[in-house]
Amino acid sequence: MTPRRRLEAILLPAATAAALVVLWDAAVRWSGTSIFPSPDAVARGIAELARKGLLLAYVRDSLLRVAAGYGAALAIGAPLGIFLGWRPAAARAANPVIQFLRPISPLAWIPVAIVLFGVKDMAAVFLIFLASLFPILVSAMNGVRGVPAMYRQAGANFGLSRASLLARVVFPAALPEILTGLRIALGVAWIVVVAAEMIAVNSGLGYLVIDSRNAGKRYDLVVAAMILIGVIGLVLNLLVQQVSRLRAVRWGFREEMS
Amino acid sequence: MIPAHRSLPGRTKLALRGLRMTFPTEETEIRVLDDIDLDVGEGELVCILGPSGCGKSTLLNIVAGFLQPTAGSVRIDDEPVRGPDPRRIFVFQERGVFPWLTVEGNIGFGLGRMPRSERANRVAHYVRLVGLEGFEKAYPHELSGGMKQRVEVARALAVDPDMLYLDEPFGALDSITRLEMRRELLRIWQQEKKTILFVTHDIEESVQLADRVVVMTARPARIRRIVEIDLPHPRDLSSRRYLELRDGIFEEIGLAHKI
Repeated sequence: MTPRRRLEAILLPAATAAALVVLWDAAVRWSGTSIFPSPDAVARGIAELARKGLLLAYVRDSLLRVAAGYGAALAIGAPLGIFLGWRPAAARAANPVIQFLRPISPLAWIPVAIVLFGVKDMAAVFLIFLASLFPILVSAMNGVRGVPAMYRQAGANFGLSRASLLARVVFPAALPEILTGLRIALGVAWIVVVAAEMIAVNSGLGYLVIDSRNAGKRYDLVVAAMILIGVIGLVLNLLVQQVSRLRAVRWGFREEMS
Repeated sequence: MIPAHRSLPGRTKLALRGLRMTFPTEETEIRVLDDIDLDVGEGELVCILGPSGCGKSTLLNIVAGFLQPTAGSVRIDDEPVRGPDPRRIFVFQERGVFPWLTVEGNIGFGLGRMPRSERANRVAHYVRLVGLEGFEKAYPHELSGGMKQRVEVARALAVDPDMLYLDEPFGALDSITRLEMRRELLRIWQQEKKTILFVTHDIEESVQLADRVVVMTARPARIRRIVEIDLPHPRDLSSRRYLELRDGIFEEIGLAHKI
């Protein structure tokens, strides 16, 4: 990117965001609402959370839950998906079950999670695990299954054993699709952590939303939590996107909007 | 016209006997190859020429050990072929390069067990041979089609195979690059003394490259005729003999000279 383009890439979205804030402020003033907070009140709310030490603590708790659930999904889903993709018979056996479980919203599992783990961290982590597992599993399976026969043949032609064929040909060939699954899964995990924290635990950004509403209708804090959720989601997405810029996987991604 | 079993000047490298291939379908089976007998001498460049879909790629895949024939035998150096083997490398169209590896990584792909410094030397040698100096660290998606094809040829040559199988390797390139690549292939062939089996549907290409052109029939593919190209390299594409041979094959395949 030229320096001019780079500057535009920051300034233009910032201008859009600023315009939205101005609109929001105007709408609050014009409607004379006493419930919905102005941007200014939300900013004060965020400052209040920071003063009480809740801001960092809640962000940390939410991120830790995502890290645990997402990490477990990655540790199980990626190897399992690669195995299923590598063994067509295993994929045929498992795929119908996967496709049956996949469309069940993780939120439908909330009662089950609470029965299994109680109103505790593990319940939330379990929900995040479920939500991230399927995108990771399915993308790894399809990624490996979709590796062109030509690559495998070329690998076999150079005398690779089955293990090195998997490590040196099939895995790198499937990696872009696996990374796409990881990125989707992280987005879903971040959505689900908020929902899980509304029900299953007593900390985190999702808890902040529901607690601020229930304890004293603090809508300034509700919106503050929403903004924090959005900003962190944006940062997570940008971080994962950096991975797809690595040169060894760049070939698998088209130029896309960041 | 040369009979299929003429005595070759060199040692016989590859011998196909009674090769047949059928693919089952729902109701019946499709015969793709029928009764193929062919000998290829060591160091020879043989083009297998036939219309698209005639089964010549299937033939090459069988010779390479990727497919098992329904009947018949494939012997190389008088040993039956049991599967793919690094002594004989298959070159796909340029889509066969590994997009996750650099030019260097691709060319060194088959050199896993070699000491590091020797490997680096070998890679550098083949980078030079195919004229890709300066692109060692580039990834395939940063290269043109012709350059990718060079990478694939270099990757094959780097493991020092005795045979190369090329499956319409220049088919996806523009016509100027294609001519250039043919010249490069001939130069490399003369320098490295490999036995080359080259599948193409392009009559001109086969007459420009081959010692012998094996003309196939439409499906099921049989050998219609084997034409010896008795022209020294570099070949003059406007010489009478070249045109005679080319037109002879055009007629053999039943194509008119005018469109």
